[in-house]
Order: sequence, then structure tokens, then C-alpha cells
Amino acid sequence: MDLLRINTAGSVDDGKSTLIGRFLNDSNALTIEQEALIARKTKEKGLEDLDFSVITDGLIAEREQGITIDVAHIYFSSSERKFIIADSPGHVEYTRNMVTGASNSEVSIILIDARKGLLEQTYRHYFISNLLRLKTVVFCINKMDIVDYSEDVFLAIATDINKMTAQYSYKPDVYILPISSLKGDNVVIPSAAMSWYKGKTLSQILHTIKPGGQGSKNLRFDVQQVIHVQNKEFIDYRAYAGKVISGTVSVGDSITILPSGIVSEVVGIRKFTNTPASASAGESIQIQLKDDIDISRGMMLVNKKEETLLSKNITATLVWMDEKPAVLSGKYILQSGTRTSQCRLEAIKGLILPEKPDEFQDAEFLALNDIAKVRLKVATPLFLDAFDYNRLNGAFILIDALTNTTAAVGFTEE
Amino acid sequence: MTNYLQSHLQTLEDESIYIIREVVGQFRKPVLLFSGGKDSITLARLAQKAFYPAKIPFPFLHIDTGHNFPETIAYRDKLVNELGVELIVRYVQDSIDQNKVQEETGKHASRNALQTVTLLDAIEEFGFDACMGGARRDEEKSRAKERIFSVRDDFGQWDAKKQRPELFSTLNGKIHFGENVRAFPISNWTEEDVWNYIAQEQIGLPSIYFAHRRKLVYRDGAYLAYSAYLNLVETDEITETTVRFRTVGDMTCTAAFISEAATINEIMHENKASKSSERGARIDDKRSEAALEERKKGGYF
Repeated sequence: MDLLRINTAGSVDDGKSTLIGRFLNDSNALTIEQEALIARKTKEKGLEDLDFSVITDGLIAEREQGITIDVAHIYFSSSERKFIIADSPGHVEYTRNMVTGASNSEVSIILIDARKGLLEQTYRHYFISNLLRLKTVVFCINKMDIVDYSEDVFLAIATDINKMTAQYSYKPDVYILPISSLKGDNVVIPSAAMSWYKGKTLSQILHTIKPGGQGSKNLRFDVQQVIHVQNKEFIDYRAYAGKVISGTVSVGDSITILPSGIVSEVVGIRKFTNTPASASAGESIQIQLKDDIDISRGMMLVNKKEETLLSKNITATLVWMDEKPAVLSGKYILQSGTRTSQCRLEAIKGLILPEKPDEFQDAEFLALNDIAKVRLKVATPLFLDAFDYNRLNGAFILIDALTNTTAAVGFTEE
Repeated sequence: MTNYLQSHLQTLEDESIYIIREVVGQFRKPVLLFSGGKDSITLARLAQKAFYPAKIPFPFLHIDTGHNFPETIAYRDKLVNELGVELIVRYVQDSIDQNKVQEETGKHASRNALQTVTLLDAIEEFGFDACMGGARRDEEKSRAKERIFSVRDDFGQWDAKKQRPELFSTLNGKIHFGENVRAFPISNWTEEDVWNYIAQEQIGLPSIYFAHRRKLVYRDGAYLAYSAYLNLVETDEITETTVRFRTVGDMTCTAAFISEAATINEIMHENKASKSSERGARIDDKRSEAALEERKKGGYF
């Protein structure tokens, strides 16, 4: 069984929570308790169709206001695949949560209300999916039942979607399908009312996508801890515990330690009591080296020295996530994985509006949910790759040094 | 890059070990909250794997309500001994004796909610800045909204609207003095994952997880373990049958399942067939739809 991470996004009332509920229901994945809750709430509200939203809206304020405020994680599995769904809010003020949900996903599902077509939110959501270089984007044109399952309505919206996606240079796999979460059309069960649609159902699409991260083949190994053991069984055992961010590492490989540039050789890899010959991206391992070198948390092991990783000047796209705006010359802490450094916002090159992804607008500061191209200067290099080249080692966060909150996410350009 | 080649359990294990190592890397004084339940047992196993051949570099803290199953306590003592970790126990009874909390009365009296005060006192006493716990997002709706690093203020409170966004695998553990972080390394595991992992890793569990004969109190459609801690009422029926526990909390608020499942495989098979979630067996969550969220805002785990 493999694991696929999905993000769902849509505007308020597009029916995301209903879609997820429908998906679980028709996949026979709801628990008895969830089924009972849905039945009870549907009755209380006097609705005709089952109210699936009650199973995802978990906070008191969400149930009161009938909206999704925070990312909720939903877990279920079919016989072939395990799914983790990050259900992100559609409210504009919670766009940061949409970025958060998408950052740990491989697939984005964007919901569009068939009556409304593309909204500002739709452009923003696609922009974010594109910015995060998600491999697959699925557009679900929802509420088709309200527009009499009209093919013309569907085709008109599909044309608008194609116009939007054509503006971008990065081209994910795009699916567009007509659904009704409320009635269940094309979610898991093919729609009888829309026989004109010959494509796959949402469930079929989600079962055909091949999971797996997109990184470069070059090794990036993050050192989290030094493990040092002296006992009868392990005489002077010294290893570096951490995660293979991208690429692979094998016993016998020559590696370079950043920032020192010292070269050594991998003589052992350990995962608990196992000592595999190699390890690849995503694995948490311990690495033993031939030479006794000064290595500590925050250092990185790579195949061979690459000067680009040592740059102190970073051009990046930022998504601002804090209510406190970003100001020029503002000081932040930049963090990527285990590494942190003081940094300064040197220049705001321009705001990017999701409706016009190629244009820049002048800005003096960045407000919550602003997206902008910026230049940053770090005190110590953080060994970042360009996000386009290595998605697994190209993103970072900015932390407000006074409040400690995560103020922004950045995608390295160079 | 080749994540899909690994089984999903391997992916989850790698992610959890990364998180546990981040806790040790980013915090001065971390602790693992150990309850003796299957989730904290899984967490203990992951902590062992994260640092082996070195020992686990933080202590375990057990908040003892005094209403635990004796089998859980026996298992706990054996496990910490095997792992060679320091065990700290703090007692809800002490908080009651110090008049910091008041024992609940009546039929549904439980010490579950009282644990919060004892926990917060222990955090202050030892100066713990990160408490790792075995909570999972699939357990309950408000848990589904929880971050992996969840910042609590100096009153231990959780503010759902002020949660830090968590991007990619970068975890921001920066806090002010007096604040602490609750870290949840197995956030992305489901109940089924935990059982599969326990089976795959051949981890032993306290005997109450397996079918056994027990004296029970049948109340409001649920079987509770008969014990001196339970306030009996007239409508309670005392009975005896073969049961197992699917989730383990206090004796007063954990319901048993009638079951003959005596092995991990039989348990997994039965869980899958039942279509019911384990949380259904936690009487404390049934008080209201928002019971857990309300407790969490007050500093509960």
C-alpha cells in the first residue's frame, strides 16, 4: 500500500467538506460514529440531503459559523491506497493555511461552483498550487445538479480554466471534471445524469496518480544530531543522525560536508539495528564517516561541493503569513529544516497578483497573504537549492524574531 | 524521491523519527508523556529507534490518575527498565490533596480532566519546554486541526486560531520563556497504522488489550471495568464476560469491547470489520461534541 497526500481548496460554500464527506461515504470509509453524527445533524438542520460537512469542521467556531477556519487532516484508505487529505479553508484571510496544506501534498483538488465559475480564490489557489510545483491539479466543477447537469456550463468553465493554466510556464497534470458532491455524481460513482462526460471519476483519478516527491538526484542530508556511544558492543561509535532530503547515499560514497567543504567517505549507514548499504530521499538514518570531523546539527552532507548552496543572497518568492506586515530592512530568522540564520529583507521586487502571474506591482511592505518576489540576505548560508531544481530543498520559512511566529514561507529562485 | 517504493508505514516511521530528533535538537528540556497506552508505547519504540545505539536522551513522564489499570503500570515499569530511561511519575491524588483540583462526584466521576493541573505543575516543576505525546489527528475532530509542534502559553492553553503554519517538514520550535510546546510525532498515523506497526515490529502490549475475562459494569450501553474507583448507581448491572480494551485511559472512563480476539492479527481483523472508531470507547469525549477541544484550551494534552 502506498501513501498519497492531497490538498483540497475552494471558496466558502463551494462544498469542500461535503466533497470529502461524500468521498468517504461512497468509498465506504466512514465509521459508525461518523455516520450517526451525519444522520443526527442532517435531521437537526432539517436538510434533504445528508450533511457531510459536520465530520470535517472540527472547531467550535467552525460549526458556529459554518465555515472551515483551519487545515483539518483526514485519513482514510481504500484497498489499494492510503490517503491523507489536508482540507484547507477557502476564506481569503486564511490563505496561509491553504499554502500550509499544499506544502505537504502532491495533489491539489480545486473546487469551483458551477454557478459562479472562476473566482479570485480560484486564481489564487491555482497560483499557489503552481508556486508549490504540485504535480497534479484536479479541478472539480461542483454543484452540477443545480445547473441541470449542463455540458455547456461545464465546457465554458473548462475553457476559462485552460486560459488560466496557459499563463504559467510550469505545467502540472491537469484534470477537469463535473461533479455533484451533494448527489454523489462522479465522486466515486460515475454520473448517470452526465453521460456526456467520458472521463474518470475523482476516485479513479486519485487512484491513478503516482505518488512520490519531486527532488533532484543530488544528495542533500540534513544533520540533526551527533550520536556518540561508548560501550562493549559499540566501541567509540560516532554517527550523524538526520534525514535524506533528496538523492541517495550509499556506503563507499565520497561526500562533502557543508559549510567546511571537507571531504570524507561514508563507511556505514544505520536504521536502528539494520545497516543498509544505501538510503534514499525521505529516510531517517544515521551516517558514519571514515574520518573524525567536526560535524554538528545544521550542517549538510552533499555529493560534491556546489557553490550555489553557499550563497548569502537569496532571491525568492514569499507568501506573507503574519498579521504584522513585512517591512524593508526587517530582520527575521530564516529556517530550512534544521538550519537557521538571521536574515534581512533587502528588497521587495514586486507584488504578484494571482490573476496576472507575470506582472509585478510596486510595494513598500507586505501584508497578510501578499505574494511577492523579494531579495534576502542571510548571515550564514543555508545550502538552499532553487525550488524549481530541487523542490525538497528549496523552501524555507521566515520567523519573526520578536513573536517567534512563522511569518512567511519562501521559495528560493537563486 | 522514491518514497512510493517504501511502504506507507516506513514513510510514517521516517517522518516520526525526524520529528523526535527535531524535538531533541530544538529544545533544552524535552520529555515524553507516557500513559501506557498503545500510542505512547509506539512513540517509545520510535524514540528508541531514533537514537539507537544511544539511549533515549529524555525522560518519560507519567501523570498517574490513581485510576489506572494495574496491568498498564506493570507494563510501564518493565518497559522503562528495558529502555533504561528515567521515569517521572506525578500523581493526580497529590493535586487533590493540595486542594488544587476537586474530585468529581456522581455517576460519571472521572479523574481524566483533573490530569491537566498535575501535568502543568510537572511541566513547571521540571522546566520542560517540549512534551511529546502520542496523540493522532485521526482520533478526534479537534485533534485533526492540531499542529505537529503546538505552542502553549504559560497557562498551557491552546489557541486554535493562532496556530503557526507548518510548511514542508520545517518545524518552528521557537518559544518564549515560560511557554512550552506539545509535540506530536505520530500525528499522521491512524489507529490502523499503529496496530499494523505494533504487529510488524512485534511490540508487546499490556494484557488488557487482548481478550480476557473480567468483572464489568454495564452502564448506558457500555461495559466499564469493575473497580473500586467507579461510583456505582442503581441502574448499573454487574456482569462478567470476555472483553478487550481498544484504547486505554482510566478504568472509570474506558469502555471494553466484547471480544475473543487474543492476538494482534485477530484484533486488527475485528477492528476493521467493526467500522467503529476507538474514540467511541472514551466516555470522557462523549460529554459534548466539543469536549476535547474545551479540555485542550485549558491545557489538557
